Amino acid sequence: MKADTKGVLTGLHFMDGDHSCCEGLLAAGCRFIGGYPITPSTEVVERFAERIPKVGGVFIQMEDEIASSIVIQGAVWAGLKAATVTSGPGFSLMMEHIGLAAMTETPCVFVNVQRGGPSTGLPTLPAQSDMMQAKWGSHGDYEIIAVSPNSPQECFDFAILAFNYAEQYRVPVMLMMDECVGHMYERVKIPSADEIELVERRWATCAAGEYLTYKPDADLVPRMAKAGDGCRILVESLTHDERGYPVITPQAQKKLVSRLVNKIKNNAHKIYKYEEYKIEDAEVIVVSYGITSRVAFKAVELARQKGIKAGLLRLIVVWPFPEKKIEELAAKTKAFVTAEMNLGQIVLEVERCAHGKAKTLLAGHAGGTVHRPEEILEVIEKAISPNSSVGIWEL
Amino acid sequence: MTQTLELKDKMEGLLRTNRLPHVWCSGCGIGIVLNSFLRALIASETDENKVAVSCGIGCTARISGYMNIDGFHMTHGRALAFATGLKLANPALKTVAIGGDGDMIAIGGNHFIHAARRNIDMLVICVNNFNYGMTGGQAAPTTTKESCGTTAPYGSFENPFNLPFIADACGAVYVARWTAFHVRQLQLSIQEALKKKGFSFIEIFSQCTELFLRKNKYGAGLDEMKFFKQNSVIKNGADTREAEFNSRNDKIVVGKFVDRERPDFKESMDGYFGKVLKDKFIRYEGPLQTKI
Repeated sequence: MKADTKGVLTGLHFMDGDHSCCEGLLAAGCRFIGGYPITPSTEVVERFAERIPKVGGVFIQMEDEIASSIVIQGAVWAGLKAATVTSGPGFSLMMEHIGLAAMTETPCVFVNVQRGGPSTGLPTLPAQSDMMQAKWGSHGDYEIIAVSPNSPQECFDFAILAFNYAEQYRVPVMLMMDECVGHMYERVKIPSADEIELVERRWATCAAGEYLTYKPDADLVPRMAKAGDGCRILVESLTHDERGYPVITPQAQKKLVSRLVNKIKNNAHKIYKYEEYKIEDAEVIVVSYGITSRVAFKAVELARQKGIKAGLLRLIVVWPFPEKKIEELAAKTKAFVTAEMNLGQIVLEVERCAHGKAKTLLAGHAGGTVHRPEEILEVIEKAISPNSSVGIWEL
Repeated sequence: MTQTLELKDKMEGLLRTNRLPHVWCSGCGIGIVLNSFLRALIASETDENKVAVSCGIGCTARISGYMNIDGFHMTHGRALAFATGLKLANPALKTVAIGGDGDMIAIGGNHFIHAARRNIDMLVICVNNFNYGMTGGQAAPTTTKESCGTTAPYGSFENPFNLPFIADACGAVYVARWTAFHVRQLQLSIQEALKKKGFSFIEIFSQCTELFLRKNKYGAGLDEMKFFKQNSVIKNGADTREAEFNSRNDKIVVGKFVDRERPDFKESMDGYFGKVLKDKFIRYEGPLQTKI
């Protein structure tokens, strides 16, 4: 399915990541945002509020982030594509409804322009410290997809990618930006609508009377009907059966929650996205994502200049985590350096998947500003030093 | 007789009968509310395919699961915020939010006042049983003074909310209160409110037999129905400030208090954008038709 021309601002632009993200959401067909002002994400909804009356859709500024994160789910069940946009404190408030979207299989996008935390933290400065929260923040077992852009261009591109994943797998998708990417101005190329491929909602094709809200297809994803179609849908936040009827038993729990997890795990090989740079002969692989991956690229270049065989694995999709890729690389390389703007989150995943076959080091940063390339280089040098051991975390 | 059978068939068509028996205790008033709501849907000839019921969590919030219409059992307190999304994304839907007092006015209080302020076109039905039923009889923001709850073992000393007054103050276009005893008035009130455009609110006092009544030794469900009957005063058009029910010694003021016209959110939005953006404004009409 091609994008609707009404939402696509085709052309070359000079814009920041927040504005670009808004254009990406519109191009993806998002016609509903419920939002609440929070720095440094507000520009996304400000632009949407300005654009949407001229595109056809709804913007509503809700009373808080809790309301924002569920009003969009009402819009989705009424038939629209919908997103909400926030930053750390708001993201914390949205956790219950990320779980709700996972449980009720409501396709929607949560944009998080990350800032320093915990609590109010650094409202105007960047961090990447909500990465674990994106995956584990709501209670219970579930899987989500998280995507991490490193430029204003990618804020546009990945907003579309996020919606495509959401519709394909009927899952909430996190677009994990950060203050730096959000406020950085760069060239953004918006293609024409017919160059933008969108995944259509998986609408039910059976007769209205035969529709079951949670009867999955072979890939474990059920089809959707919207309110008002005459399907008499039952959307249920309690553990439920295929009809959406609540069933409070261990058997129903196992069947439902396993499917919610497996529909992502079994399809993970189709979801993973990463970029490799000078990986082939690398003795040290820097694993990074988002804005930090751009600094990591520079650090790898500096290391190569010094004769160190360094490479970069840049994660585009962070969740589900590319376990197999790390396992494979761990067998070939000597060390991983995870460069991220937090005090050790995705490094835990790298460590887990390396199974002790390669050293794992952290080039962490408490946030507030991006790393200097030299800071990552220093950890790369440490990684090749014979004195370093597995699992070094020096902050 | 034929009429009764016809109504029975229609009622059963609107129930998921394979889900019965329901979770509510014998003598509970929520079944009366369900019955009145379905009768009102039938009598008002509302297209049931276009009705969507949004519920939060609690005894009353289970109501959507028993109705054979589009139903949403969402998170605690958030029924109105969810219903706001449903309604704005598909203006053709008749959106209804039904919930208990704890769900709708404690944890969901913020959404309640804002949905009323924005005048979102929805019918909101709050079953007030003066305590949290599903979790075991804890005190609520509606618990009458000196009545006990498991978290107010010596009796509540807080001031309870006057819900019709809040709804009125926040701009609701229709405000009424009845009790589980007033089944006819309740049904007619729901019928009337279903026809209103804008935020319509009906509060229903109801008996929580196993918890609130038992804990407080107020008698059985039937005794509470008698209490409702004997202590209610019908005052249509009353100032909502008079609707206070702070203690069991107060009179229960029931009736239709507010019935006025005010442009709803969508009308205000469309009218305003049309005025300021002129021909640049693209009015949103609803989602695209799908195969079903």
